[in-house]
Amino acid sequence: MNTLRRNVLKGASSASAVAMAVAAGLLKPTLVLAAWNKPAFESKSMDEAMKGLGAGAAVDSKSITIKAPDIAENGAVVPVEVTSTLPNTTNISIFAEKNGTPLVGSYSLSNGAPGFVSTRIKMGTTSLVRAVVTAGGKTYTAAKEVKVTIGGCGG
Amino acid sequence: MAEPMKIRATMAGDVADIKVLMNHPMETGQRKDAKTGKLVPALFIQEVVATLNGTPVMTANFGTGISKNPYLGFKVKGAKAGDKINVSWVDSAGDKNSADAVIS
Repeated sequence: MNTLRRNVLKGASSASAVAMAVAAGLLKPTLVLAAWNKPAFESKSMDEAMKGLGAGAAVDSKSITIKAPDIAENGAVVPVEVTSTLPNTTNISIFAEKNGTPLVGSYSLSNGAPGFVSTRIKMGTTSLVRAVVTAGGKTYTAAKEVKVTIGGCGG
Repeated sequence: MAEPMKIRATMAGDVADIKVLMNHPMETGQRKDAKTGKLVPALFIQEVVATLNGTPVMTANFGTGISKNPYLGFKVKGAKAGDKINVSWVDSAGDKNSADAVIS
């Protein structure tokens, strides 16, 4: 098990070097190496979480589509799909704005993975689900409101 | 914790569609045990790495806001049938799991 993980890590770092060269320093090493970003994930507010991710001022973009239910009956399992048609999408992060810790997940894409992730998230209450996309070194965002009938945090 | 992980990888045109289902309780650290009334300590997947033939295509960081038994879907361009997908995760206690699948 240990050797397998070592190999995976080795592969990750060598490929990230290539990605860095290709993007000519546009990618932040933290995004590529994906060490778990404790400050961002433990932030209690959107602003802090964005800062923790190293994402600057985000621009609204119509090239980001969030597919999520308008009304989620069960906040413990809310399916969310984010598609970004922005060229060179390298990172997609998903936030549930009113969760205790808004940052839900951060996905770094490389080597031919197009801007698409699909997941299931927990939501404490009705709130905006926000996607923050890094593409070509710039930050873009889009949001969609999801109404939650029964909260899925704590309980 | 080494429960099986399910991976389904299929080609849709020139893009491989990868779906992963992991087995994990994803405790937030805020839930109370119904019997003892004590908080259940946080235990959740922090990092997921997916590789295509050994080359990483997606690395994800999860917070506590990801649902129990996480589902993860992503796509890979330029993959072909027969290529090998590996997905591995590490949780906040350092437990890990990994699984392989061949794109069909």
